[in-house]
Amino acid sequence: MEKKHQHIILKTNDLAIGYQSKKSQTLVASNINIALRQGELVGLVGGNGIGKSTLLRTLTHVQNELKGSVFINGKNIKHYPALELAKVMSLVLTEQMMSKNLSVFELVALGRQPYTNWVGNLSENDIDMVNKAINQTNILDLKHKKCFELSDGQLQKVMIARALAQDTDLIILDEPTSHLDMYHKAYILKLLQKLAKETHKTILFSSHEIDLAIQLCDTLIVMSENNVVSNTPCNLISKGTFNTLFPKDLIAFDELTGSFRVKK
Amino acid sequence: MPNSNTYKFSFLALGTLLILCFFANISLGSVYIPFKDVFYSLIGTTTEQETWQNIIQNYRLPKAITAILVGSGLGISGLLMQTLFRNPLAGPFVLGISSGASLGVALVILGSSVFGGIFATFLISKWSIVLAASLGSFLVLLAVLMVSIKVRDTMAILIIGLMFASITAAIVSVLSYFGSAQQLQQYIFWGFGSLGNLSWDELAIFFVIYCFGIAICLASIKSLNTLLLGENYAKSLGLNIKRSRLAIIISTSLLAGTITAFTGPIAFIGLAIPHLTRQVFNTSNHKILLPAVFLFGAIVMLVCDSIAQVPNSDYTLPINAITSLVGAPVVIWLLVRKRKMVF
Repeated sequence: MEKKHQHIILKTNDLAIGYQSKKSQTLVASNINIALRQGELVGLVGGNGIGKSTLLRTLTHVQNELKGSVFINGKNIKHYPALELAKVMSLVLTEQMMSKNLSVFELVALGRQPYTNWVGNLSENDIDMVNKAINQTNILDLKHKKCFELSDGQLQKVMIARALAQDTDLIILDEPTSHLDMYHKAYILKLLQKLAKETHKTILFSSHEIDLAIQLCDTLIVMSENNVVSNTPCNLISKGTFNTLFPKDLIAFDELTGSFRVKK
Repeated sequence: MPNSNTYKFSFLALGTLLILCFFANISLGSVYIPFKDVFYSLIGTTTEQETWQNIIQNYRLPKAITAILVGSGLGISGLLMQTLFRNPLAGPFVLGISSGASLGVALVILGSSVFGGIFATFLISKWSIVLAASLGSFLVLLAVLMVSIKVRDTMAILIIGLMFASITAAIVSVLSYFGSAQQLQQYIFWGFGSLGNLSWDELAIFFVIYCFGIAICLASIKSLNTLLLGENYAKSLGLNIKRSRLAIIISTSLLAGTITAFTGPIAFIGLAIPHLTRQVFNTSNHKILLPAVFLFGAIVMLVCDSIAQVPNSDYTLPINAITSLVGAPVVIWLLVRKRKMVF
């Protein structure tokens, strides 16, 4: 808790997440109390179907919480008008965007939409921000390519650049490393770490790459069957939290290497 | 973002082509009029024969202007639908908007006997046909959109649009069964499509509604571009999806609805023009696509109309058939060249 002096960007208060339909309520997880600080890289890990996506959807106000509240910069997320929220939080989603006929520059420039005028003209400041985002994500050589010419790894970098161009305190990424090879998984997460440090933005991502997340993240949020824990990777390892992640019949967490091993 | 300068030459070429097509369209027709006299009557000086001036000013000129409005309007509403529904094969016709307009007009023409009396004469007036067509297209599009919120699969939406078209066609059939021969003929001729029936007064009404549609469309440029990222990204950029969607729908139904009302259901232009445009303007930016679609739509419509007129003969082919003959091969060609379907 030595980082307490740092500004808290996102905070949840006894948050309960799940799905509400007319007849019933499906609780996915409850008693979630997390706080994300400025400039932190935060990983969200947990097994399939444990509710990572539900949590992200709740934190980004795509779906409503069942109980408790989400605060961004001390203000309840419910009280943000859509355009204001777009200026504090940007997203990188798993879904494919619709038009791949956009050039990389055009796509990144769409990140400036909350700031542009009614017809979407870019000011000089907007263009500077777009170029900065392109430089920060090392995609200068792709700038004039069309999106359908890009590989999955390149496209992911472009989508991150778009989120950067949106110039928000918080960037949330939903499984940014899926579909990528091992090198690019490491590359993307390393890039996120660099960006969090350099830009002092808070970056939250969900991932299945637990070993990489342990090595790179400042904080990890671990979702397991019974609770949601948030702490530094080292503390989580010493508390044995990672052993609660999966059923124990196939794999076990090796504290020395910080990764999972298949049981012989 | 590539600005209009990148495409300056293309725009210039298309603009010139549009002017050429416009004059060619006016010069060609069932009666041969020397080009010199066409020009004279356009600027208002006297021509060799009095009738020539009459033909040009009261028939060919409004027809050419109608062609420009129809081609550009249908092309633009097709582009709007393709972006909104995230489907390259969407268009006002495919999604049943034109069928909705047809239903509205059928109700007015064929159903007017039910109301009878003085009321019927009011109903059959041009205004009521415009209103009925706009209302019909708006309702069908709204229905398709409501269903489209429930099903996320775009192919399903297209099929649902076709189903709506079937339903409206069925209702029209039932109405035709009870309609009189004269009413039927009136309705069928409306269905052939015709650009030449508009007087200057009607053209003025058409133009005003057209401008409303275009204005809403221009105001939607930014949201259209944002929608290129998909709805969830668009939402994360602060876009009010519901409001933008409604604006796009209203714009489309104003354009497609009134065009269908005044000129009859004109096939395939709305679907084929945006794709044709993308072959020349390789961009998804609506700031460039919209004016380009406007020019392309107007040019193609003028050419189709010139063909339908069959120069120097007494025949006038149904414009609807000509646009399908031009449009359908384009769609087939696009499906064969699959790579170009990225949009």
